[in-house]
Amino acid sequence: MNTQEPFAPWENPAEIPLIQFKNVTKKFGDFTAIDGLNLDIYAREFFALLGPSGCGKTTLMRLLAGFETPTSGQITLGGTDLAPIPPNKRAVNMMFQSYALFPHLSVADNIAFGLKRSGVGRDALQARVDEMLKLVQLGKFANRKPHQISGGQRQRVALARSLAKAPKLLLLDEPLGALDKKLRQETQFELMDIQESTGTTFVIVTHDQEEAMTVASRVAIMNHGKLEQIDTPDGIYETPNSAYVADFIGEVNLIQGRATAPHHLDWAEGEIPLNTPEQSPMDQGREYQLAIRPEKINVTAQPPEKADNLVQGQVLDIAYLGNLSTYHVKLKGGQIIKAQSANSRRLSRRRFTWEDQVYLSWAASAGVVLDK
Amino acid sequence: MRRAFLICIPYFWLIALFFIPFLIVVKIALSDSMLSIPPYAPKLDISAGWAGLKAFFAALDFENFTFLAEDDLYWKAYLSSVKIAAISTLLTLLVGFPIAYGMAQSAPEWRPTLMMLVILPFWTSFLIRVYAWIGILSNEGFLNQFLMWLGIISDPLIILNTNTAVYIGIVYTYLPFMILPIYASLEKLDSSLLEAGQDLGCSRVSAFWLITIPLSKAGIIAGCFLVFIPALGEFVIPSLLGGSKTLMIGKVLWEEFFSNRDWPVASAVAVILLLLLIIPIILFQRNEQKNREAEQ
Amino acid sequence: MRRLSWFNVTSLTLGFAFLYIPMIILVIYSFNESKLVTVWSGFSAKWYGELFQNEAFMRAAWVTIKVAFFSSTFATVLGTMAAYVIVRGGRFYGRTLFSGFIYAPLVMPEVITGLSLLLLFISIGLDRGVLTIVLAHTTFSMCYVSVVVSSRLASFDRALEEAALDLGCTPFDAFRLVTLPIIAPAVIAGWLLAFTLSLDDLVIASFTAGPSATTLPIKIFSSVRLGVSPEINALSTLMIAIVTFGVLSTSIYSKRAIARQQKEEQEAEQ
Repeated sequence: MNTQEPFAPWENPAEIPLIQFKNVTKKFGDFTAIDGLNLDIYAREFFALLGPSGCGKTTLMRLLAGFETPTSGQITLGGTDLAPIPPNKRAVNMMFQSYALFPHLSVADNIAFGLKRSGVGRDALQARVDEMLKLVQLGKFANRKPHQISGGQRQRVALARSLAKAPKLLLLDEPLGALDKKLRQETQFELMDIQESTGTTFVIVTHDQEEAMTVASRVAIMNHGKLEQIDTPDGIYETPNSAYVADFIGEVNLIQGRATAPHHLDWAEGEIPLNTPEQSPMDQGREYQLAIRPEKINVTAQPPEKADNLVQGQVLDIAYLGNLSTYHVKLKGGQIIKAQSANSRRLSRRRFTWEDQVYLSWAASAGVVLDK
Repeated sequence: MRRAFLICIPYFWLIALFFIPFLIVVKIALSDSMLSIPPYAPKLDISAGWAGLKAFFAALDFENFTFLAEDDLYWKAYLSSVKIAAISTLLTLLVGFPIAYGMAQSAPEWRPTLMMLVILPFWTSFLIRVYAWIGILSNEGFLNQFLMWLGIISDPLIILNTNTAVYIGIVYTYLPFMILPIYASLEKLDSSLLEAGQDLGCSRVSAFWLITIPLSKAGIIAGCFLVFIPALGEFVIPSLLGGSKTLMIGKVLWEEFFSNRDWPVASAVAVILLLLLIIPIILFQRNEQKNREAEQ
Repeated sequence: MRRLSWFNVTSLTLGFAFLYIPMIILVIYSFNESKLVTVWSGFSAKWYGELFQNEAFMRAAWVTIKVAFFSSTFATVLGTMAAYVIVRGGRFYGRTLFSGFIYAPLVMPEVITGLSLLLLFISIGLDRGVLTIVLAHTTFSMCYVSVVVSSRLASFDRALEEAALDLGCTPFDAFRLVTLPIIAPAVIAGWLLAFTLSLDDLVIASFTAGPSATTLPIKIFSSVRLGVSPEINALSTLMIAIVTFGVLSTSIYSKRAIARQQKEEQEAEQ
């Protein structure tokens, strides 16, 4: 059996990063878009920058492309400082959010544009364009103008054009933002295939968390010009390091409380303290937040035989989402907890309905302790 | 480096051929007129250095402006230019608004054609469009022939070479400038606003006054300035359609320059005409700025 | 479908009648046999013949076309540069003054522009002739070109230029290969506008033309001052015909181009 190492260069201290941000700050007048940022991105990574609009993720990308220069700090690509290199001399290409296809050039000429600038010979140029057209399955459309093809096809032309010069680093600014949901999901997998087959390092900017989680090897969550957390998608989801990240990715219940013991959180008058995970002991007397994902909470009519944590409440709202149902349960103290259960059987009748008394239970290890 | 080059060429062109000429006008306006070529004094003698410069400035005075203020011909010309420009702007608005309104109300597929019909005369020679009215307005012209044929009048009306002809000329030539901005603002007007107004109890007429007019105000103001500003300095129309009694400052300037060859006075007239225009130009810019901000 | 009320129909009919009847009369009477311009005495094209025999008119026409061609070409180059500087130049010293210089000639009365340029040419000792008219026309029409081009540049997706840089273009190549082809319609429109403005101009040309160069508007003006003449009618008709043909064909062409593009876009999405 061929046992394949999982791709995780960031865990290997000997690995040299392709891109390094060293204490980079970018200011526009009084506004600080990037605030003292440090970041390493490794070769062959599919790195996603995720954050709300205005968090600085697009600025970070434009710094890499060379359309902005850092106010202070240094960015290196393969060990060389990028600052003195103008955008047209960088081994970095970008796929623009608007695609920025040249409307006066055909699909093939758009793809050939960058190659012609670098003085590739005629035959090599034709071969490379054909290869790119094949890669994105647009051979039939080579002679069409951008307005003569559909939105999804335009997206692929933009991708082919930015890949044609075989850049060391490809930047993708909201590459799927203009596509409808179904096409977006298909294209995500295509993007991953292309990234893998070309071996290019991809940095993608997106505000769509599902997209980031799907495509990326690592995700960086940005907020107010700073990186909140950099981790693999499951790391971000399962072990968020702040309430902000926990709340930003997916749904979460955040329970405030005070530690009464290293693994006990006193959270509400008249309720038993909650059991918190073994691996993260708390300081007695300090305030914490416990984050629990709704799908990790079981909803039952009777109290289960054994549960680390158990609370009782009344069903306030039910959201039927097809594959899942989310229950909003109101506890005695007035707090509302969201719990999710999979609808694995066709629903002949609902398990619970409004105002039913239910029990919520979850394992101690299901929660994540966060500093307040 | 390239950028600086790119900025410099048009910048210096405009400084050399727009700004400096204007400074020369101001300078000559402050000089004395004399019989020579060029017919004014002093001339700046750079070779005399600082003393020359001092002598040059010492010789400048406001004599020409005093002369303009004392001779009531100029006063009358300024006032009458403002009057003619204002009246014709109002007339243009009265003629132009219904056309713009009708265009905005027409079916969308007709609008580009109507628009083209408004723009077409704008591309046609200004001189020719003014000239066309000479044949119409003269004593034996088409208008008089037509009115006499209808039996409305028995003797020809004297229109050509009066202020009336100037009004007609200005309304006719500047009409597209009035129609286009008003049409642009009316076209943006959401027809559901009028329906909402009527739903809330307005009659159609009061909905027009309370909704359409206030919302097209920006276009009306822009159109009025676009007519008023060039009409104030107009030369061709008063000289072709107006009579000897039609006083407009553009015509006075032309005559001072070409007939009387009094360059200093002509320059002084130009300076005052420009001062007269500064207020409407600033108001116009404000209006445009406000519209741009409102759109963002 | 909204139905047009009688009020709108009346105002449109009267309005367009007012705009077009004077020109139509001019065109009809250019074919009048009689020298008396207000009395119809039969169809004839003889005034066109006389017009082409009139050497002074032909000479003036040639001067006018030369001036219009050169001034509109210079104005297009300078105006496009100015538009680029204003829309893309970012901040530079004297930017406000520069945009003031661009907009001022648009509202400046022609008599002042003409007078000031004449005084400049005399004070630097430049002989008046074709060259001075070209300089004068370039100056005021470059401002019109820059207004037309800058409105196109302002709506231009800047990412296209950045994409060109990203793919290895120098800034100049990006302008030449991407920006210019895309804004070309606006640049052409600016050229046409500058050409027409130059063809039309009487006042500025009168100040800046010396005795050696007479343009068509100057010639028309001096003969029109003496009254209506059938030759001028014929000349006007020719000019109206050229403009009408030009405007109609460009608008039909652009209408078709837009329709074709929309159709292709719809087909592409299917």
